[in-house]
Amino acid sequence: MKHSKLNAPHPHPRPGAGLLVGSLRSIIVGRSRARFTLICLLTALASSMALAGVKIEHWIAPSGAKVYFVETRMLPILDVQLDFAAGSAFVPAAKAGLAGLTQGLLETGAGDLDEEHIAGRLVDIGARLGGGADSDRASVSVRTLSSKPEQEAALDLLRAVLSAPTFPQAVLERESARAIASIREAETRPDAIAGKRFAAAIYPGHPYGVSPTVESVGAITREDLVAFHHQHYGAKGAVVSIIGDVSRAEAEAIAQRLTEALPAGGGDLVPPAVTQPVRETIKIAHPAAQSHIHIGLPAIRRSDPDYFPLLVGNYTLGGGGFVSRLMKEVREKRGYAYSVYSYFAPRKLEGPFEIGLQTKRDQVPDALKVVDQVLTEYMAKGPTPKELAAAKKNMVDGFALRMDSNAKLLGYLSTIGFYDLPLTYLEDFPAKVKAVTADQVKAAFGRHVKADNLVTVIVAAD
Amino acid sequence: MKPLLAAVAALAFAVSPAPTLANPFETQLANGLRVIVKEDHRAPTVVHMVWYRAGSMDEKDGTSGVAHALEHLMFKGTKTLPAGEFNKRVAEAGGRDNAFTSRDYTAYFQIVPKAALPEMMQLEADRMANLKLDAKEFASEMKVVMEERRLRTDDNPHALVSEVLNSLMFQAHPYRRPIIGWMDDLEHMTWQDARDWYRQWYTPNNAYVVVVGDVDHREVFRLAQKYYGTIKKHALPERKPQNEPEQVGIRRVSVKAPAKLPYLAMAWKAPKLHDVQKDRDPYALDVLATVLDGHDASRFARNLVRGSRVAQSAGASYDATLRGEADFVLDGQPAEGKTIADLEAALRGEIKRIQDEGVSAEELTRVKTQSIAAQIYKRDSLMAQAMEIGGIEAAGQSWRDIDTLLEKIKSVTAEEVQAAARKYFTDDTLSIAVLDPQPIDQSKPKKPSGAVRH
Repeated sequence: MKHSKLNAPHPHPRPGAGLLVGSLRSIIVGRSRARFTLICLLTALASSMALAGVKIEHWIAPSGAKVYFVETRMLPILDVQLDFAAGSAFVPAAKAGLAGLTQGLLETGAGDLDEEHIAGRLVDIGARLGGGADSDRASVSVRTLSSKPEQEAALDLLRAVLSAPTFPQAVLERESARAIASIREAETRPDAIAGKRFAAAIYPGHPYGVSPTVESVGAITREDLVAFHHQHYGAKGAVVSIIGDVSRAEAEAIAQRLTEALPAGGGDLVPPAVTQPVRETIKIAHPAAQSHIHIGLPAIRRSDPDYFPLLVGNYTLGGGGFVSRLMKEVREKRGYAYSVYSYFAPRKLEGPFEIGLQTKRDQVPDALKVVDQVLTEYMAKGPTPKELAAAKKNMVDGFALRMDSNAKLLGYLSTIGFYDLPLTYLEDFPAKVKAVTADQVKAAFGRHVKADNLVTVIVAAD
Repeated sequence: MKPLLAAVAALAFAVSPAPTLANPFETQLANGLRVIVKEDHRAPTVVHMVWYRAGSMDEKDGTSGVAHALEHLMFKGTKTLPAGEFNKRVAEAGGRDNAFTSRDYTAYFQIVPKAALPEMMQLEADRMANLKLDAKEFASEMKVVMEERRLRTDDNPHALVSEVLNSLMFQAHPYRRPIIGWMDDLEHMTWQDARDWYRQWYTPNNAYVVVVGDVDHREVFRLAQKYYGTIKKHALPERKPQNEPEQVGIRRVSVKAPAKLPYLAMAWKAPKLHDVQKDRDPYALDVLATVLDGHDASRFARNLVRGSRVAQSAGASYDATLRGEADFVLDGQPAEGKTIADLEAALRGEIKRIQDEGVSAEELTRVKTQSIAAQIYKRDSLMAQAMEIGGIEAAGQSWRDIDTLLEKIKSVTAEEVQAAARKYFTDDTLSIAVLDPQPIDQSKPKKPSGAVRH
């Protein structure tokens, strides 16, 4: 009996800023909307033990796709996700928006099914199609009941939209127009302006810094979609994640069935190299009551050995919600902001480190001063022994929380697969967290967060 | 398409292997606190929530926002626990915690490894009775709350429209006040206002505990007695009904804010759920909301966004389980090149079509399928299960009614949906709010709110 949007419990959760690496969803958050950001971003990987008896199985399908599978029979449901190196990093700036449109239009026509048939069929079987495109990857997922007729129908649809999308011209025109309207709308919103300008500023000349524009979306043709799908949605390099109420044999058949008819493209694709920006402060006028501030730089690759020191270290700086230094100094002690946080969002190449906050506009200099002091002090000295112990305790003891649903596990499977993390990654997690030292945190921050490269973007600045 | 009945039969079958029949379990302590436990042994984790039946609807004019402000202050320490220590203890237990305030209730939760449950109960019990409030912590936290208001409402055009629409459609009922509070009230709030709120409403006989996870309910009942059982109860202030007088004519309002696309929200007065067994209209309206906007094949998506392309977005919302008064809201943004008038006509056209022609058997079947699937998927999330229990209890119904609600929704007929559409969508009970987009004037900060009535 809950359809309410306008009067939902207040406050609402914050949608991700398009930076999420895993497919974790934030639960309802009240006191602070950003406090789980880091947990979502960086601890997208944890133990396999929380769902009792969880065991990850891995194989290569005959099609060449990499498969990650967890059998769990406790609920009559099945989740399947496919990930491709088909993110925005593989799109020229003049066609920015192509990765998202390609992913979005998959379900608007496939084989001899039009979009109304696909939508209607999904509703009839109670299945849900999901996914999206970020910088590195595009994902398509389905959640279905595991009972045979529903499961079969859901997998048939998933196979069709992945392998035989038709990208109807009329749908492209409609969705381009909607995307352009959204872009124009976003250009009036301080949070959206800040996010775009920040990405552009820390990734000068790099696809990680490019956002879709009215012109670039308007330039995308049906041929572009067809070509992008052909080139980037191949079985080679695809990652298939499966969790739920099916056997290993069934999972093998599912993985092959979903990938055998994919286009021939794919394989090891890597975006161009990232260069560091030069330190600067960018101010953008806007009439908002609050200024939106982002501070950061390109920081870490998913494969970097400094991952754990930065993960553990950032908990104390600005990732650990109310117990982080930024939250204590900026919000709890001074009341300068409702939301203040820091995170690392590792990608194939150097993903961003960011500190973010919003504060009433005449308070910006004071708030910035506090943020600068906190960061400088932390860079110089690292966490205290007590802080480090508390961070580890949260991550190690809180382990089970990150693995207590099929939906969360699916996100971990796909991240392990897409970023080529070792299969033992989950088992190793607690030991890796425990092994981090304060010196390692300090050294890792020194290597990845250089003051000379820090960019500050302020929207609605006086 | 495949025969639909077969699919639904299969879905119904899929639901049947549910866990223990007796689950959830409920008890009540001598001080009035109710404890509801749902055992779910899939993972060694647990959600612990405390719900207080005190939300913004219980506030008085002049202190709007105090329910939410107190929610913030509940983290500022007790007689024995220093400020900030609550979050620290939860974090060190490996958990996460937060809280949220609605019009009807205020709720606090921790998600923790199961071994930490006793400590969480001890912490929540402590702040149920022993909160320490002082002028200094209060002043600092109110700045945070005002930043929150700027973020969520003042700089958010759609939120501004919602706020103004609520205050337009409700003139006597307390739902007219925003949950976060008017800025002027926040600026003039005192720590004594917060203290009074806490003393009035934070008592075990106005609260209930919801625990979902890998627990034994008998052990949870024992722990609840140990930690919460010693708290003394006190009488609650009188709650006046404050019923809204009948609306006798359309109301319109517009809001100016920096934006590109206009936005329209139309709210009709609607019945809420009083009697789970006997009521029919709330279930019919719930089905109507799903037919209009419940899934990707619903009418708004199919007809307005994809078909006629009059809408950039369009939605329908209705919530019958609440303490106050219900409304049925249609909202959306016109597509580029279309106007608010075009969108309003299109939304009204969809209602009129149902008034004239009703809904199809296929649409009703889809509503049922969606609701069955949603119930199964919900079992993948402890938090979703705890929210479902807590939410229905807040509205004055029981968790025991959850299955009944589903059955009732499944029993709704096409005739009932059509009759409800005819009965409730009249202009006399309609309030309309429109966002009038303004170009960004970069030279000067805007005033906090630009509501204009006409």
